[in-house]
Amino acid sequence: MSNATMDPTPTDWNGQIMQKRIARRYAAERRFKAMGFFAVFLSTLFLAFLLFTMLGQGLRGFQRTEIAVDFDFPALTSGTTAASISGPNADAALNSMDVPGIVELAVGQQYGNISEGLLTTGAAGNVRQMLMDNPSLVTSKQQLWLPVDSRLDVAFKREGEPAAEKIVSTLAQKGTLRASFNWTFLTGADATDPSAVGIWAAFKGSLMTMAITLMLAFPVGVLAALYLEEYAPKNKLTDMIEVSINNLAAVPSIIFGLLGLAVFLTMFGMPRSSALVGGLTLALMTMPVIVIAGRNAVKSVPPSIREAALGIGASPVQVVFHHVLPLALPGILTGTIIGMARALGETAPLLMIGMRAFIPSAPQGFTDATTALPVQIYLWSDEVNQGFVEKTSAAIIVLLIFLLGMNALAIYLRNRFETRW
Amino acid sequence: MTGTALLFLVLGLGLVAWIAARARAAAFVRQAKAGPRGTVNSLPYYHGWFVAICAVAPALLFMFIWQSISPSLVTNMVLSAPAAADLPQEGFARAAILSEARAIAQGFQVTAFQGESEKLVPLYKSALSYYKWIGVAATLLLLFAGGAFAFTRVKPDFRARSKVERVVMFGLLVASLIAILTTLGIFASLIFESWRFFSMVSPFEFLFGTEWNPKSVVTPGADNGYGAIPLFWGTIFIGAIIAMIVAIPLGLMSAIFLTQYASATVRKWMKPILEILAGVPTVVYGYFAALTVAPAVRDFAVMLGVSNAASDNALAAGIVMGVMIIPLVSSMSDDSIAAVPSAMRDGSLAMGATKSETIKQVLLPAALPGVVGGVLLAVSRAIGETMIVVMAAGYTANLTANPFATITTVTVQIVALLTGDQDFGSPHTLAAFALGLALFVTTFFLNYVALRVVKRYREAYE
Repeated sequence: MSNATMDPTPTDWNGQIMQKRIARRYAAERRFKAMGFFAVFLSTLFLAFLLFTMLGQGLRGFQRTEIAVDFDFPALTSGTTAASISGPNADAALNSMDVPGIVELAVGQQYGNISEGLLTTGAAGNVRQMLMDNPSLVTSKQQLWLPVDSRLDVAFKREGEPAAEKIVSTLAQKGTLRASFNWTFLTGADATDPSAVGIWAAFKGSLMTMAITLMLAFPVGVLAALYLEEYAPKNKLTDMIEVSINNLAAVPSIIFGLLGLAVFLTMFGMPRSSALVGGLTLALMTMPVIVIAGRNAVKSVPPSIREAALGIGASPVQVVFHHVLPLALPGILTGTIIGMARALGETAPLLMIGMRAFIPSAPQGFTDATTALPVQIYLWSDEVNQGFVEKTSAAIIVLLIFLLGMNALAIYLRNRFETRW
Repeated sequence: MTGTALLFLVLGLGLVAWIAARARAAAFVRQAKAGPRGTVNSLPYYHGWFVAICAVAPALLFMFIWQSISPSLVTNMVLSAPAAADLPQEGFARAAILSEARAIAQGFQVTAFQGESEKLVPLYKSALSYYKWIGVAATLLLLFAGGAFAFTRVKPDFRARSKVERVVMFGLLVASLIAILTTLGIFASLIFESWRFFSMVSPFEFLFGTEWNPKSVVTPGADNGYGAIPLFWGTIFIGAIIAMIVAIPLGLMSAIFLTQYASATVRKWMKPILEILAGVPTVVYGYFAALTVAPAVRDFAVMLGVSNAASDNALAAGIVMGVMIIPLVSSMSDDSIAAVPSAMRDGSLAMGATKSETIKQVLLPAALPGVVGGVLLAVSRAIGETMIVVMAAGYTANLTANPFATITTVTVQIVALLTGDQDFGSPHTLAAFALGLALFVTTFFLNYVALRVVKRYREAYE
């Protein structure tokens, strides 16, 4: 044994054994590198797969199937004139005209036994709007394109129920079906029929919620960050504030929902599922994110700036509000946008405060019951109706566009205004 | 006059006060500049702010206090009226009638479902308007008193700046205290509601019971189906086991590849792409898991010969959750590998070790505490995650280690318990708060330990 350890002959690096060993080590090196590459590749692949799936399904959601319906308006409306349904009394005149009945009659005349459930629930409203926009339609025969029921919509775009497929194939042969851009999806609200749903109501609810969140979380977060970085004395209270903020940044979002339910709804009796309560709850969640980002931004302002300002006679408050804050603002804004993007995608706390009801119209005020875009996605994902699949994905596309846009803006701001001192 | 209108009126009058005081101060500043002294203590706008704050702050404070006490004053006034004498004495029915009458009087509701509430509507209307006008009058009185008092003090030698700065400092302190208030609010509300829950259901059953099938009416002493062990197990199984099996290798290896092997260009492009994974909302992950991953996993299980594979299986939720966590693990590992002194790395390479040997035998052991801290944070994030499990995992409590079975978690049950009627006294609602308390305490503990570990480790190399 001692012979081997004391062996004075140098290692033969070019010998077969050593070469083999080096080859083995290099192979292990390559394998390890390949594993690393594979990990990154797999993560990217997953992201690509997710986006691809959403796009593949969601793009269909922006489309709707329309059917040509011939309206013999002079006969159907017994000679209503264009003048009688225009002007200030148009609303009342159209109401007395019984548009749904006319649509039903026209569809029945043209499509006979398959006319039942051919059109979506909002089709009569579409006809009414067309007449409102262009009263002269009523004086002649017209061919109007109206959105079809969701069953047929699904069957026209992809595989649907056998019965619906049959109807669609006969209609398609006649050439009375076409696909067109679904404006209702961008302007409408929730509905029971997937071909009549829209995301505007949910989107407006999200915007209002975000407005409240920004109005509360931004000032409070910035002020707290300034206090902690610039003025806070080293004592127990400051330690407690720091521990609270670090902890709040990591508390599960659903806990904030429970807080909102117990405090804002039950204790203060604020209106359920309103943008006000949603905004308050999300503000509590976003505030720590802004504080942490704000502190980093304030910390990166060099002390020489403060000393120079103090040197020419500024008070401590003037130093901070005239010099430190403007210089730190780009960093704070970047953190704020990232925090807001997170809040915009948040669902669980909003479910806790009751934002899961069916809301068929856009909210008018901050205390109206509303829904938010992510919550709407969750609600639609729960629907059994096949037509909701593509609407859910389409809503996800809209949400992702906004989130990616906000993140891109944050990155742009960071690159544009970042100062290396 | 509504609350919002009053708020705008107060703020508008505050603006008027600001302008008036600033103009008055500007006048004597001009005088002083022409005169022998040449200067005044504070700039005109500090005087403006001083007067505006003195006028608006007490008025807003009063509005806030009035907002919280006037409802009970209104109720007392209604109850003292003779028409309220024949209300049912029993608490729940009485409260329902009162709240309905109030809603109608305020215009939130149009028709009454209970006959008694119809009679109370006019009473409520008069009481509401009575106290509303008292509130408006008192607010405006406070505003003018505060403003007038402050306005008389606007003089050349008045130190308006130091007063305003004191208010600013106070505001800064208050803003920081909101964080403590929020934490206390979370703690207090969770503990208070859990306390009410544990007065109905024994904590022993909750913590150690193995059957989760919550009954809405509980009998003390009996088994009420509030055993949370299956939920705790499901949370750990999905969040801390399956998700981590996905996230730790992928996150760690991504971090190693991007920091040690990849060229600067690859790193520049790949890091934001990984960050996008963290920025995708959880509801999107949940939908993706339920729609695409779960059926694929079930088909895979059927192919393997597992006959009872559920469509809402634990594996799909866990995998997707793991993918969501990858960026977190990756960035934490990245930080801790970067914190290892380069002398250690260079020394190892100089001894002839290959890059992977250096990483495995020098960098990773040295960075291990930081990586562990990151993993703990990731676990805390995973067990608190809600939407993925709500949408992809099931609602049935199941004490099993079969990843193809339906398993529920704490967060799923919180959502399930608070869906539907939210009567605040029912054990269902209160159980959600008890589960929330358990979740909060666990994540708090994990975060605390993780931050401690990471901090210790950073200190070791500094």
